Amino acid sequence: MLESLNQIERQALNELEATQDEDSLQRWKVAHLGRNSPLMRVFDHLGALPKEERPSIGRRANEVKRALESAFEARSQALVQAAVLRSLQAERLDVTLPGRPIARGRLHPNTQTLRRIYRIFGDMGFQVFRSREVETDEYNFELLNIPAHHPARDMWDTFYTTTPGVILRTHTSPGQIHVMRQYAPEPIRVILPGMCYRYEQLSARKDTQFNQVEGLAVGRNITFGDLKGTLTDFARRMFGENVRTRFRASHFPFTEPSAEMDIECFICGGEGCSVCGGSGWLEILGSGMVHPVVLRNGGYDPRIYSGFAFGMGPERITMLKHRIEDIRHLWMNDLRFLEQF
Amino acid sequence: MKIPLSWLKEFVDIQLPLPELARLLTMAGLEVEAIQVVGLPMPSSADLHSAAHHEIKIEGLSWEADKIVTAAVYEVMPHPNADRLVLCRLDDGQQEHIVLTGAPNLYPYKGLGALPEPLKVPYAKEGARIYDGHQPGRVLTTLKRAKIRGIDSYSMICSEKELGISDEHEGVILLDPDAPVGVPLADYMGDAVLDIAITPNIARCASVLGVAREVAALTGQPLRQLDYSVQMEGPSIEGMASIEIQEPELNPRFVLGLAQNVIIRPSPYKVQLRLKLAGMRPIDNIVDATNYVMLEIGQPLHAFDYDVLKQRAGGNPPTIITRRARPGERLTTLDDVERELDDFTVLVCDTAGALSIAGVMGGAESEVSAQSRNILLEGAAWNFINIRRTVSAQKLQSEAAYRFSRGVHPAMAERGVRRCLELMRRWADGVIAQGLIDNYPLPPRDPMVEISTSDVRRWLGIDLTPQEIADLLARLEFKTEIFGQTVRAQTPDHRLDIGEGVVGMADLMEEIARIYGYERIPETRMNDELPPQRNNLELEREERIRDALVNLGLQEIATYRLTSPEREARRFPPGAAPDDLPYIQLANPIAADRTVMRHSLLSSVLEVVERNARLRPRMALFEIGPVYLASEEGLLPDEVPRLAIALSGPRAPAGWQEADNAPMDFYDLKGILEALLEDLHITGVRYEPAEHPSFHPGKCARIRVGEQVLGVFGELHPLARVNYELPETPLLAAELNMRALISLTPDRFEISAVPVFPPVLEDLAVVVDENLPADQVEAVIRQASGKALAGLRLFDVYRGEQIGAGKKSLAYSLAYQSPERTLTAEEAQKIRQRIIRQLERELGAKLRS
Ligand SMILES: [Zn+2]
Repeated sequence: MLESLNQIERQALNELEATQDEDSLQRWKVAHLGRNSPLMRVFDHLGALPKEERPSIGRRANEVKRALESAFEARSQALVQAAVLRSLQAERLDVTLPGRPIARGRLHPNTQTLRRIYRIFGDMGFQVFRSREVETDEYNFELLNIPAHHPARDMWDTFYTTTPGVILRTHTSPGQIHVMRQYAPEPIRVILPGMCYRYEQLSARKDTQFNQVEGLAVGRNITFGDLKGTLTDFARRMFGENVRTRFRASHFPFTEPSAEMDIECFICGGEGCSVCGGSGWLEILGSGMVHPVVLRNGGYDPRIYSGFAFGMGPERITMLKHRIEDIRHLWMNDLRFLEQF
Repeated sequence: MKIPLSWLKEFVDIQLPLPELARLLTMAGLEVEAIQVVGLPMPSSADLHSAAHHEIKIEGLSWEADKIVTAAVYEVMPHPNADRLVLCRLDDGQQEHIVLTGAPNLYPYKGLGALPEPLKVPYAKEGARIYDGHQPGRVLTTLKRAKIRGIDSYSMICSEKELGISDEHEGVILLDPDAPVGVPLADYMGDAVLDIAITPNIARCASVLGVAREVAALTGQPLRQLDYSVQMEGPSIEGMASIEIQEPELNPRFVLGLAQNVIIRPSPYKVQLRLKLAGMRPIDNIVDATNYVMLEIGQPLHAFDYDVLKQRAGGNPPTIITRRARPGERLTTLDDVERELDDFTVLVCDTAGALSIAGVMGGAESEVSAQSRNILLEGAAWNFINIRRTVSAQKLQSEAAYRFSRGVHPAMAERGVRRCLELMRRWADGVIAQGLIDNYPLPPRDPMVEISTSDVRRWLGIDLTPQEIADLLARLEFKTEIFGQTVRAQTPDHRLDIGEGVVGMADLMEEIARIYGYERIPETRMNDELPPQRNNLELEREERIRDALVNLGLQEIATYRLTSPEREARRFPPGAAPDDLPYIQLANPIAADRTVMRHSLLSSVLEVVERNARLRPRMALFEIGPVYLASEEGLLPDEVPRLAIALSGPRAPAGWQEADNAPMDFYDLKGILEALLEDLHITGVRYEPAEHPSFHPGKCARIRVGEQVLGVFGELHPLARVNYELPETPLLAAELNMRALISLTPDRFEISAVPVFPPVLEDLAVVVDENLPADQVEAVIRQASGKALAGLRLFDVYRGEQIGAGKKSLAYSLAYQSPERTLTAEEAQKIRQRIIRQLERELGAKLRS
């Protein structure tokens, strides 16, 4: 009898191996664990066995039943898993197909550069101060130490309006007077961004309309050394931590001493290339100590106060960084251009 | 300003390689824009490298020492086979050659036999590299042996073009008779020309002397001053002319000298060469002398034919009168233009009338001619502001005006006259009358400026001793005295750019910093008091609006703010009421389509849509920027910031899968605006039907919060649309008032608590009149349900037979909720009934069954 139980177990496990799907699995269950299976018949006939054999046969029959049941569970799970794996195979995608296109928005490159400048100077305590574009001759020139008919006026080609004394500002510098008159005698650290206009023949390098970012620091203890340090810090954050700067003497009527800041060309590292015209240097901004006349016109006594100012063209920075050959791209709004930013 | 190096070296020793010299000047504010090498060796690559990082173009031709030399021509012989060629017997210092040339300026010597005085010429030997005289521009060529009309040719006598001096190729160069024979031409007259940009503050450097003074100061070398003494061997000038200055403010000084019995002829070749290298055309020895002195020391001069002036004075000694032009007065200047003069124009006149426009240009009549024998030389000082006014009013430029309009110190007038008289004596054999006539009614006060060590510390951030400060200034010829920690500096009498008091202090500060060297001033970080920190809410919110719109999928654009009324009129259908606000109009527009400051940002954006119409089927654009509206209060316009949006094309961008490619419509734009306002937490927003000439009358809305109008939006009016070349799909646009958007954005907002208890969800569909605006239905639902309403969303609008003509069905999904407990079905039912009753009573709505 024990031998026949072993036989039942072997046979059932063998057949279980052969099941491949839910149907054959269910058929196996009926055949080997069902009411009419050989194993169940052993249980049915236990009572007919001699008394001394009953416990051992019964124990063994229960063992076989548990073994078959757990083998069934294991087989059942294995078959489910195999089925899932098969269906996953069938769902395989071509991952190289392009994604669904998104209608993505973008900031204009001018805005991106301006924000970068705001952030860098913001970290150094410079706040943004904006002022008007249609200006008086007085604010654009006279209060900035550029009297009428002064030779320095040749430095700006001006758009005049039909209203006498009203012009389109040629630089953001009139904002210096506005901000000083608003805040005197408090110390000042501001940047003055905005649109400026010049009467220029259009070319790849010059346009009639351009942004400028001016900066102004006024206080009781501000030196040319601070000017160099502040602008070099700016250059390093804008163009790279190791970038070298140089300050060349220059002339602006509203600063004295005046300086142009060049940075080492970040395209060629100073070796000379087409972007820097082979010189290794890129002209980035004009700067200087605020002229005493300007300080005075702003309401600060130049015997007590000093300050520095600087001005740069964010479009030029954008052009340098992205190798844009023609400044007019920045105003033409060709989407084939803008969508690259 | 073009400065020949050889001339510079007459005033100061220069040991530096050229690129280094250029770098030094550039760093000190005299920007060297280019160097033209004319014969001298090119800077070595090592020199160039040491000056790397310096923006400098070096071009030109070096004359090889062994191949291009000075030579003497002893005889000019006819060519046996060609009339237009001659053969020169020439000695190059080593041997004799027969050299073939076609130079017309040698024809006069042809067939004269051995010349009594040999001609000195530049001679290029076989293998020399020179410019090709026959090709346009500058093309290098190497001299090779050839047979020309049967005669062997392997070398040549050079023209200026072949040596890179000028474009002159008509004849060969005839050197001065005292030129040595057989020395390298580069040693004899090789040069290099520095082209220096002169900014308005360094007008004193618009001369060789001016640049030399800077070089001396920067290198610490002594400056060799010019000797202004003149060998005067003629009669006394007294009584031979007189000067009457009517307005000393405009003409502070006028000096006259007289050179008699001059012989007018070409200047020595070396003088001509210098003038050419400096960019001026040689004329004759008299005019050249005035130009030479102007280039050399910066004082423009004017030479009159003394005999013409005497004749005009009826044989009497002439009286020179300087005065303003009279009303309607005219003068024909040297350029043959008859000019109408302004009342501020200053004239140099005699008793018979105007002779020249002071400091700008001479008149034709009294000019020096080939027949002139006696020269009255003018050296004057003029008010630079007035000269500049004259230059711009007359649109007349000259080398003299260039300098006078930037300021020439009156002390230079006498120096100029003296130097020039001496040159006329040397170059034109003039006999110089004794003494000068000098009328000097208004000598300038050369400022005396004090500057202290603490000023330098405060302004530059460096510690210099009083002695160091004095030494730096002395290098620029300031006379200094030290009192304790203060230096008192007397401005030298060749510059007008130093102010008084604190302005003068700043002026000196610049000179100290330049000569000390900007690169030696250490970089520091500000340690001054921080200013009060202020918010800039306007900018912050503007940037937030940009971000919100970008997040909503819009591309930012930036357009020109100058436009024309015609361009802007395109935004209206024909016949619409025109924009009658006055424009800010340019007096000097640069193009016909950029004459005014814009009124409409919508116009700007529409133009961009048009420009891209053929490139992109789908566009979603915005711009933030001002429009310029004339203000009632004052001169200046109100610069009103606006936001404009334009949408057109399929809702979803095209890909390879199926997408919603229905064209965007009114509600796409409205969705963007709603999302923007939500992002800004602006509440109480109402949308009402509006009429606006640019928009479709049935598809246009005004956005309002309380009494404030935020702007309008809608579909572009079909009759305005045809003014643009636009894609087929509807064009949706908005123009919003940024000030309203910014001012309505709250400083803070509060959130509602996240509910703890589940909501009761249900749908409600009501049938209303077609014309009833949906926002009224929503308002009634909100009012009827009160605080219990936690969510309200319209999910369907239906029109059709089922509900009858002139009706529409609006289906909402509603969520009721209580913060205290879960609502029961009966409570929800009560709310629902209240909503239905109120809709019925107030709007005649029927529940859709
Ligand atoms: Zn480079």
